Amino acid sequence: MIQVSNLSKLYGPRLAIDHLSFEVSKGEVVGFLGPNGAGKSTTMKILTGFMPASDGKASVAGFDVFENPLEVKKNVGYLPETPPVYLEMTVGDYMDFAARIHQVPKDKMNSAINYAIERTGLGSVRNRIIGNLSKGYRQRVGLAQALVHNPLVLILDEPTVGLDPKQIIEIRELIKGLAGDHTVILSSHILPEVTATCQRIIVINRGKIVATDTMDQLQARLRKGLIYALQVKNPNPAAIDALSKLPGVSSVSPAGTKLVIEIKPGGSEVRDLIVETAVKTGMGVLEFSSEKVSLEEIFLQLTTEEKV
Amino acid sequence: MNQTIRNIWTIARRDFRSYFTSPVAYIVIGAFLGIMGWMFFYSLQHFVTESARFAQQGQKVSITDAVVRPLYGNMAVIFLFMLPFVTMRLFAEERKLQTIQLLITSPVTLTEIILGKFFSSFLLVCVMLAMTFIYPVVLFTSTTPDPGPIFTSLLGTLLLASCYLSIGILFSAMTENQIVAGALTFGTCLFFWLISWAAMSASSTAADVLNYLSLINHFGQFGQGSINSPDVIFYLSFVGISLFLTHRILDSYRWR
Ligand SMILES: Nc1ncnc2c1ncn2[C@@H]1O[C@H](COP(=O)(O)OP(=O)(O)O)[C@@H](O)[C@H]1O
Ligand SMILES: [Mg+2]
Repeated sequence: MIQVSNLSKLYGPRLAIDHLSFEVSKGEVVGFLGPNGAGKSTTMKILTGFMPASDGKASVAGFDVFENPLEVKKNVGYLPETPPVYLEMTVGDYMDFAARIHQVPKDKMNSAINYAIERTGLGSVRNRIIGNLSKGYRQRVGLAQALVHNPLVLILDEPTVGLDPKQIIEIRELIKGLAGDHTVILSSHILPEVTATCQRIIVINRGKIVATDTMDQLQARLRKGLIYALQVKNPNPAAIDALSKLPGVSSVSPAGTKLVIEIKPGGSEVRDLIVETAVKTGMGVLEFSSEKVSLEEIFLQLTTEEKV
Repeated sequence: MNQTIRNIWTIARRDFRSYFTSPVAYIVIGAFLGIMGWMFFYSLQHFVTESARFAQQGQKVSITDAVVRPLYGNMAVIFLFMLPFVTMRLFAEERKLQTIQLLITSPVTLTEIILGKFFSSFLLVCVMLAMTFIYPVVLFTSTTPDPGPIFTSLLGTLLLASCYLSIGILFSAMTENQIVAGALTFGTCLFFWLISWAAMSASSTAADVLNYLSLINHFGQFGQGSINSPDVIFYLSFVGISLFLTHRILDSYRWR
């Protein structure tokens, strides 16, 4: 449903996202997790066609974001970081506008609006002016706007930020309920946020993907021992296989030219062996580093931030 | 094509309605009608006394010269002061409140968005003009004015107002600050209005160019009851170029 490869974005000289590659399949709810400034919003703005990328490819619902933006936009519902609500309008009028601009057919307009309003629990404020609503309700109006045309893909940028705990729980339940019918990407800088709603998470830091896994695996991995990253010129299946068969190595997962190597806990020192094998199999070692620390640091940052 | 028109209308309708949710539209329309009404009755009164005086000498005063032409001439000036208030928020506020993200990520093109904004303000000008239609009606009930100059003046006023609107939209797209957008719009419209003054002291080719660029120089013929196609083309190109530049500005805004 969503394919991203080598996506980069420069703001002037500043690299906001750095060759991101990932995929999201139909019906999945994926969390985009990373501290502030990691590049989550930037990635989402590119996927929704708000902003062009500097380099790389992205496709959503089978359409290339750069070549066919209108088709992508028809199939995407987007809740930006700030809900894009017109403060002077009533909720009902705003939803009417959202349905029209998303090209909901005339005969389905009423039912689409009613569905979105009901789903986001806005029934009681339908005739209120949005400017008079609380932050939580404005956020829901933003979410209702993203849902109204029943899009295949929902892109939600920090959907629960600034809400009170009760509202957070409601929105989380809502998002969970969308799984299956919709493919959802949501971003957050709070770890429990994604654990509560997502099946899979992509951890991003300083514009790079540092981990992508199901929630359980990721937590298990943290508890486990070391993780090394091996950057190579030409990864090949045979070589990867050879690496994963090394004593002490528990798994090797390739992500483009980067191999993420997990080490069995309590295992012996294997760094020499890994590099030796990589050289022997002709992959061409470019870089070899330990990932453990950075991932842990990020999680520490993410988990402690919620308390603030 | 059908979808294009629908998209433009969706945007125009929303913006048109939102004029009436803030006091700005009421203040602009109220002030406009007040000033126009005062000017109209003043020139009408003047016309009546002058006609009486000239009638003693066996001469007639043309109501077109005495009332109709000044009416629309004054309107062109009043619009210069008022229309920046109408256009200043169109994009500036969308940028400030980030609602522009909804527009850009909806399945509509930038051109449709800009045309929608333009037509919302154009519609407001039409409403204002429709309200002043009472003056010609008053004239027709008491005298027999020539309808030609009235209709051509209306067309000229619409075209000139469109130029103000398009400049206003251009500056609104450049900033998040409505007041800055409004001030720049007023300054620029005034500049294009007064540019012919500079022509007086310029060399002949430069004077021709400056005279051609002056917004007001293309207005006179409409008051005489004739539609001069170079003038129409000038106004339409002016609008086209401003809206095209708006497109460039918004497109580059997306890149940042
Ligand atoms: N319009 C912009 N101009 C310049 N730099 C920007 C702009 N938007 C974001 N950035 C920078 O790009 C990086 C990624 O930002 P962002 O995608 O908003 O991160 P996140 O949503 O993960 O907090 C940050 O370092 C931020 O400062
Ligand atoms: Mg962000």
